Amino acid sequence: MTAAPRHYLDFERPIAELEAKIDELSKLSEAAGAGGMTGEMDAMRLRAGQLRREAYSNLDAWQKTQVARHPQRPHFVNYLDGLIDEFVELRGDRKFADDQSIVGGLGRFRGNAVVVMGHEKGADTASRVRHNFGMARPEGYRKAVRLMDMAEQFNLPVLTFVDTPGAYPGVGAEERGQSEAIARSTERGLTLGVPSIATVTGEGGSGGAIALAAANRVLILEHSIYSVISPEGCASILWRDGARAKDAAEAMKITAEDLIGLKIVDRIVLEPPGGAHSDPQGAIEAVGDAIEDELRKLSNLSPEQLRSQRADRFYAIGRAGLA
Amino acid sequence: MAKPPKDHAPKPAVAVAPAPAAMAPGAKPARGGWLAKFAPGVRNLVAKPASKAPPENLWIKDPDGGEMIYRPDLEEAWWVTPSGRHMRIRPKLRFEFTFDDGAYKELPTPTVVDDPLKFVDDRAYVERLKSARATTGETDAMALAHGKIGGVPVVVLVQDFAFMGGSLGMAAGEGFIAAAEAAVKRKAPLVIFTAAGGARMQEGALSLMQMARTTLAIQDLKKARLPYIVVLTDPTTGGVTASYAMLGDIHLAEPGAMIGFAGPRVIEETIRETLPPGFQRSEYLLEKGMVDRVVPRKDLPQVLGSILETLMIGRRSVAA
Repeated sequence: MTAAPRHYLDFERPIAELEAKIDELSKLSEAAGAGGMTGEMDAMRLRAGQLRREAYSNLDAWQKTQVARHPQRPHFVNYLDGLIDEFVELRGDRKFADDQSIVGGLGRFRGNAVVVMGHEKGADTASRVRHNFGMARPEGYRKAVRLMDMAEQFNLPVLTFVDTPGAYPGVGAEERGQSEAIARSTERGLTLGVPSIATVTGEGGSGGAIALAAANRVLILEHSIYSVISPEGCASILWRDGARAKDAAEAMKITAEDLIGLKIVDRIVLEPPGGAHSDPQGAIEAVGDAIEDELRKLSNLSPEQLRSQRADRFYAIGRAGLA
Repeated sequence: MAKPPKDHAPKPAVAVAPAPAAMAPGAKPARGGWLAKFAPGVRNLVAKPASKAPPENLWIKDPDGGEMIYRPDLEEAWWVTPSGRHMRIRPKLRFEFTFDDGAYKELPTPTVVDDPLKFVDDRAYVERLKSARATTGETDAMALAHGKIGGVPVVVLVQDFAFMGGSLGMAAGEGFIAAAEAAVKRKAPLVIFTAAGGARMQEGALSLMQMARTTLAIQDLKKARLPYIVVLTDPTTGGVTASYAMLGDIHLAEPGAMIGFAGPRVIEETIRETLPPGFQRSEYLLEKGMVDRVVPRKDLPQVLGSILETLMIGRRSVAA
């Protein structure tokens, strides 16, 4: 993941310029074979780090949207690599096809046998196409239902990772019952008699997200977003101008901080300075620590307690604490 | 079934209110119009008053052929045009049509916090709410009542497209939960008539959460072995379809209703293809296995009554 050249977002331009200068100086200094510039370069590196920390401690909703979609942000397959041992992928919905927008299977999470699944967006052109940019078709949600059934049957906790622009809008998806597939996946999540923890690691886009996020605990990474419609979609409907996405992002209250206030999420996982893409391993470990902690808290609950905890959690949203 | 009293008839401006462009029903090809069957003289007689300022509400423009339809005829036909279009109707009229002898009792729906996010686009959300309430006379998009259908006591929930496109926000979600609770309390089935563009964006993720919350309420009906019947009406799209509208024990649909997850415009923009004719209409969903029956409006009470009676007989035999 770190081999690729760093991808800068618009608001990182001053940092990009400074880091470009540092690169240039370091090349010059190497060519000259002298260490004369080391002090200056160290100061510049310090300054770049400072700029990055400042920028990331004060991101607005639209900037967070860009960070949440950052191409180098850790994706589900990276969480699998970092957190799940002995992962065995299970494929197919047993009805029509296998949809690689949602990847899932069995594995061990820090000693716990689990069922794990998540949206995968892909990291290069080929894998993005294979994973359909994380936009699931009905088969993806039906595979999720199948895996949740299995989790219930064998008494395994369910860990889900949410990172999707939304469910795929296409003729075939509609034809095969996209709506029904999403509804059933949400329903299955809500009725599970085993512990379930959902983590929004990037974009939590609309119904395609909640289909995997109807869990006992919903965690969110600091710069992730979770919303009813993409800022662009909202802007094009309400302002009839997709370019007003920034305003829509602000208005819809899509950031982790907004959502914890509304009790839509239960816990924010802090990202490394500069965002998860600056230190993917650090971010993945932080997510793992939070999941481990939450899983421990749920481990003593009976199936009935888990169901009623989940029901209480969702019923409570919007009933208190709103001005 | 008794003809509904006049004062319950919707204002045509509301009944024919065009949907936002994104979900406007596909225009049917122009036709001669049903009046063409009559002598041209009759046609002129009918058309003339319309061109002058007609008495208010007496003539309704056919959304398909553009012909003027005599309002009492339309009322007699339960707001189904001569070409068979099932026009959108408001909750009170739906209750009149659905319950035996048009007799029912409305139940209150819970009040919720208005505008939890202090949402402002071109207009403040509170302003939009205020004007929707003024236009419709309702507080939000769900209306709840109980009565009998085919002799079976039943709770009926109607989603009101005239109220901000029927959109699913906290109020509609709480309305659904209240309906399920009322049904469980009365040991009665729940019938819902869905109509919505989708989630209410002005409530952000709080509206998204209604997909999960309504799904929970359906589980309470299941536990009580109470039938949950969905009647899909035009249009039912977005998060509404992707939650409670597709979780019924039985799905009925009115003819020609637009039903889908993504709107046709979004799909066309994504795949850059023209959509097949009849795509996302009730008949298409029937063919694809997503609805059990497409039922004309006038047949709905009888079909619903029969289904409910059968299911409740089965339920009694288990309880006994």
